[in-house]
Amino acid sequence: MKSLTNRSRVVSNKQMNFWERIYFPAILNGMRITFGHLFRKKTTVQYPEVKREYSDIYRGKHVLKRDEEGRERCTACGLCAVACPAEAITMVAAERKPGEEHLYREEKYAIVYEINMLRCIFCGDCEEACPKEAIFLTPELVKSEYSRDKFTYGKDELVEPLDPAKRIDVSKRQTAEVLEFKKNKKYKHNK
Amino acid sequence: MLKVTIDNIPVEVEDGTTILNAARKIGGNVVPPAMCYYSKLKGSGGKCRTCLVRVAQSSAKDPRPMPKLVASCSTPVQDGMVVQNLTSPEVIEARKGIVEFLLLNHPLDCPVCDQAGECDLQDLSFGYGMEETATEEERREYPVIDIGENIKLHMNRCILCYRCVYVADQLTDQRLHGVLYRGDVSEISTFIQNSVTNEFSGNVIDVCPVGALTDKTFRFKSRVWFLKPMNAHRECGKCSGKVAAWMFGSEIYRITGRKDQYGELETFICNECRFEKKESTDWVMEGPRHIKRQSVISSNHYEEMKEQSIIHPIEGTMEKKE
Ligand code: SF4
Ligand code: SF4
Ligand code: SF4
Ligand code: FES
Repeated sequence: MKSLTNRSRVVSNKQMNFWERIYFPAILNGMRITFGHLFRKKTTVQYPEVKREYSDIYRGKHVLKRDEEGRERCTACGLCAVACPAEAITMVAAERKPGEEHLYREEKYAIVYEINMLRCIFCGDCEEACPKEAIFLTPELVKSEYSRDKFTYGKDELVEPLDPAKRIDVSKRQTAEVLEFKKNKKYKHNK
Repeated sequence: MLKVTIDNIPVEVEDGTTILNAARKIGGNVVPPAMCYYSKLKGSGGKCRTCLVRVAQSSAKDPRPMPKLVASCSTPVQDGMVVQNLTSPEVIEARKGIVEFLLLNHPLDCPVCDQAGECDLQDLSFGYGMEETATEEERREYPVIDIGENIKLHMNRCILCYRCVYVADQLTDQRLHGVLYRGDVSEISTFIQNSVTNEFSGNVIDVCPVGALTDKTFRFKSRVWFLKPMNAHRECGKCSGKVAAWMFGSEIYRITGRKDQYGELETFICNECRFEKKESTDWVMEGPRHIKRQSVISSNHYEEMKEQSIIHPIEGTMEKKE
């Protein structure tokens, strides 16, 4: 019969000879392979002392951006939550009061904004959905914790610091068209 | 009975029917979109021009086409009329222009707007809108005002369809709001911020095709696509008591009237039902409302719960639960 692959072997019932029966040469051969690996280049790194190089657009922990004047960009529109395939995002909206214009960019803002990092699959769909350029994923990693409830990140962990020096730069994540559009202050929603 | 053909589909309608209603009799894609016409409000229509169609043949007697596109909501049919809606590129082109005009001064702040997700203007701009704006001028801006205790007016978003004015005119005995000024600067308002207190005034929220008139008791509370619309009713002395309750878990976030497939209310409801009865104990729940599959509200919305069938792999049988 013609075989379908060239990997078929004829099974033989041959008796092992003396050397084969004491396994010694086989063990020596195995050891040779094991020790040979000691002198090869290592494939692991000593994290966290040594870190691998990340891509600029690596999808790690999220950040909620502020605009140039330090106001929160998120307006609690819920588009990230509806786009999220893992249903990791929840939020509660509130109305901006007079006198809070320096804190929030729009009339409405998210008073509670939570991402469950255990549910999140770091797909970046939230970033894609956001109409306000408020949420971005960053190359930072989500740290391990001892209890599950610590993984629900609220606004305290997500919103970027007010200090301009500590802001998180996301310009590399944006396409050339978006950056070009942002330069163009012709339209009200872009001011 | 008059015979008309709309997009090559013949239909027979009564004398005096408008083209739009004849198209609604056929249903489906043939129906032109309508932003200002409201079948339950007398005199409505003729303002927004989104319902423009081409009349390729005026009647059986006069086979000439009408010289201009006509507003289908206010043009009565004639015997032997041939109408083109989607089959005429001219209509599509004109409607694109209309959408551009409707959006000329529109803020498009959908992320903030409570109407987002159930907004006729969003649907229309998605269908016909352009991504670019042709104008550089500042858009007109009005302050946000309260009309009455429970209604917020964002004049920026208003498209001047006059539906709310007709509601106030026809449903309530004292009309307290209307359109002030003319042309570019016209605005819906109450005279010197008079409050609108009539028992049925809340219906202006539901008839508004955009987010200009919104429910203050629901303001920024949630987004419509996180809520589950349920049919509910109660004994009410003032109205039919038949409403749609928008639930988040077991909580009622807002009450609206029941809208049909053209976004029109089946019955008008009173303010007590709309604004005051927000406990789930106030209502008898009938079941989930039908949501179009294409709507963003349909995500995670199930109209019926089916029990799972049990498969017995060894016997090779399946227990079906109905
Ligand atoms: S990255 Fe994906 S899974 Fe994570 S929160 Fe954003 S949308 Fe959800
Ligand atoms: S992060 Fe963006 S998409 Fe999500 S609620 Fe805020 S503005 Fe909307
Ligand atoms: S009225 Fe409609 S189109 Fe206008 S901002 Fe509200 S949701 Fe958007
Ligand atoms: S619906 Fe006909 S003009 Fe507005």
